[in-house]
Amino acid sequence: MPHIELEYFAQLGDVAGRRAETRETVAGTAAALYDELRKDYGFALPSERMRVAVNAVFRPWDQELHDGDHVVFIPPVSGG
Amino acid sequence: MSRFLIVDTLADISSFRESLTRSEAGGFCSFEGWVRHTNDGRSVSGIEYVAFIPLAMSEGQAILDETQARFDITTSLAMHRTGYLEVGDIAVWIGVAAPHRDAAFRACRYVIDEIKKRVPIWKREHYVDGCVEWVACHQDAESGHVPNRMDESPETRV
Repeated sequence: MPHIELEYFAQLGDVAGRRAETRETVAGTAAALYDELRKDYGFALPSERMRVAVNAVFRPWDQELHDGDHVVFIPPVSGG
Repeated sequence: MSRFLIVDTLADISSFRESLTRSEAGGFCSFEGWVRHTNDGRSVSGIEYVAFIPLAMSEGQAILDETQARFDITTSLAMHRTGYLEVGDIAVWIGVAAPHRDAAFRACRYVIDEIKKRVPIWKREHYVDGCVEWVACHQDAESGHVPNRMDESPETRV
């Protein structure tokens, strides 16, 4: 199974109880991986309110994932 | 060189301003976002900012590039802090130099608005009563509702 490097920010880190992990997954897309994480950790935010970055670039939810990809799910930002 | 900076210590604002001086610029506009002592009626002791740094830097630079293309400006620079900031500290600084004032004002406004919408930086407010909360999270957790810029309370706007 592919290994995905995940980093969690803001409330996602609090809810998951970690800032980063390497995860083995069969999820083939960013959307499928987020669904998997919502089931495992109970993230409240639906994907419609999130964005996703793969290898530090914003990507669409149907982005295919490959072994070694670095994925960050981006909750609503609050800088400034 | 990137003109969007993420800085984890107190920054020297005068050097930012100095770096934007150009003989062709006749107007300079800057914006500073400060840590305010209240939010939503609660006393704030400080704010912690966390960034997804590689994407925050590239998205911030993209905003400055767009600003250069959209407005008749000479140059611009923006800085966002990370780490724990106390009341009165500068969380964000934007400077724009332009031949004329109108473009400088409008470009400066554009940069802060886009930073708040798009750059992956999050703030966690520390309240005097000891509570610590990610801004907007308390609403997300309860209702899945994310405030947009219009229904944000005035106190949470920079």
